[in-house]
Amino acid sequence: MKQQDSASGAIVIRKFQKPHNAAEWLELVMNAIFFLCGILAIGCVALITVYMVISGLPAIGQIGIGEFLLGQEWASTAAEPKFGILPFILSSVYGTLGAIIIGIPIGLLTAVFLSKAAAPKLRTAATSAIELLSGIPSVIFGLLGMQLLVPAVAAVFGRASGACLLSAILVLSIMILPSIVSVSVTALNAVPREYEEGSLALGATDAETWFKVSVPAAKSGIAAGIVLGIGRAVGEAMAVMMVAGNSPNMPGIFKSVTFLTTAIAKEMSYASGLQRQALFSIGLVLFAFIMLINLVLNFFLKGGSNGEK
Amino acid sequence: MKKINRRSFLAVCGAAAAAGALAACGGSSSSSTAASSSTASSASSTASSVASSASEAANDLSSLSGTVATGGSTSMNSVIEALSEGFAEVAPGVTVSYDPTGSGAGITGAVEQTLDIGLASRALHDDETGVTATTVALDGIAMVVNNENPVSDLSIEQLAQIFKKEVTNWADVGGEDGEIVVIGREAGSGTRDGFESIVGVEDACVYDQELTATGAVISAVASNKLAIGYASLSAVGDTVKTLTVEGVECSEATVLDGTYKVQRPFNFITNDAAELSDAAKAFIDFAVSEDAAELIRLAGAVPLVDAE
Repeated sequence: MKQQDSASGAIVIRKFQKPHNAAEWLELVMNAIFFLCGILAIGCVALITVYMVISGLPAIGQIGIGEFLLGQEWASTAAEPKFGILPFILSSVYGTLGAIIIGIPIGLLTAVFLSKAAAPKLRTAATSAIELLSGIPSVIFGLLGMQLLVPAVAAVFGRASGACLLSAILVLSIMILPSIVSVSVTALNAVPREYEEGSLALGATDAETWFKVSVPAAKSGIAAGIVLGIGRAVGEAMAVMMVAGNSPNMPGIFKSVTFLTTAIAKEMSYASGLQRQALFSIGLVLFAFIMLINLVLNFFLKGGSNGEK
Repeated sequence: MKKINRRSFLAVCGAAAAAGALAACGGSSSSSTAASSSTASSASSTASSVASSASEAANDLSSLSGTVATGGSTSMNSVIEALSEGFAEVAPGVTVSYDPTGSGAGITGAVEQTLDIGLASRALHDDETGVTATTVALDGIAMVVNNENPVSDLSIEQLAQIFKKEVTNWADVGGEDGEIVVIGREAGSGTRDGFESIVGVEDACVYDQELTATGAVISAVASNKLAIGYASLSAVGDTVKTLTVEGVECSEATVLDGTYKVQRPFNFITNDAAELSDAAKAFIDFAVSEDAAELIRLAGAVPLVDAE
């Protein structure tokens, strides 16, 4: 990132000294515009980070970091308010883990099928279907979840209410599929043909080759896809809010739960005072989670390029 | 070449994931803002129609100027928003400020004269003296169950037991066997605050679902046979069954004559010792006038007088 910026900066300076003709002038102007756009994007990230830290820290200081992160009770408007977000953190973690546990096998097998086994026509159709899936707004997932999945979960498991962690996990596992599949397909397609030909030449079957050669060779890309899926699951608010019940309970598979995202979204509209500040603090915790996930993603990406050398 | 492509692709994906995650939280808060501003604009369109009918009578108000400081009950947010928009049509020189701090703070503000008008969604207590309450509207909260639920009446005590999960089966309150699913609003909601304080279950409710809008509560109740929820009287349609409470049907008439129990007043609190500004007086007069009735009704409350 830095390299590119300094490079474009250098170009701007060099060209500024000698713009001979219209084309070079245009080049100069365009370079300046690209540079500004880049600065704008970086500026937004910096602004968000600074804002989240500034607005999130006061409430944590007032409540106490231990009580905030490890408190098991959230009663933000009670006469004696309690601001413990452990239920939200655990619900987000369990919800994401659940979605990943369901999503990985389905996503990975779909990716292998699309990259290696599918006939070209079917591949094109299936790929565009998955791209479409990734483009469906989360509120639509939530709507279908609320209307179809929640009653189904209630009926299948004999529960009075189906708005629970399980419903959220099921919705999230479908929502993260496109991330896992599309990144994994790209990684699998990039596996050198020679690896697979070598395996086949040694007498391995197609399936053995895919799972013992292609998948291991593409593992860093697949891992990146999974981390990307985790990022989407952790950050999802709308769909979760519509199916998870939103009571601030400690997580249980059939319990009504609140995620970090939904805790902010559901109370923000009427919040005031410390309650409002505490919601910003939840945002800060969520922000830290996303940052962590991105660090992990970068780690896998670096690991991938080292492995190929 | 291939390697570079893949790396840059994945990097872009990573950036997109971060952006998406941030947008997810940002998006939801902005959507709620959009929702509230749309209510405001619908209120203001009525405001203009009401104002035009009132304009002949209210010509002298247009010369008023100044600020009316109000604050207090968070439940009165939508009513005050609608009233101040309507008032702005007849008295454009007056700004009505609103600070949502809670009914207690609203009364304190009137006592200490930091506010021109304190807002309280409850009656004054005996020890809160030196101030006068003017009721501008009533807030009726309807108890709703699924249309297939045979239960049609509950007492306040039964409601309290159900919402505290002391009674968890419909059979115990005259219905068919089945676990009761308690659906309510999020912490901070005026309807939740109103219901819990009237029924006497503050901070003791155990909800199976906390939803963020009246409409969401109604649709959740409509789709679950075992559900019970509460919603503003004005929002209830025939997709759900409205219970009678202690034998009294929930309607504007029963809220007005006080026989329906799950209701509370929306009060303007003014200090007896302080002289009100002309602007504040005009705002109170506007709020209790017939012109404001439709605004109050649109904001989800029951007006005391009716526009003819």
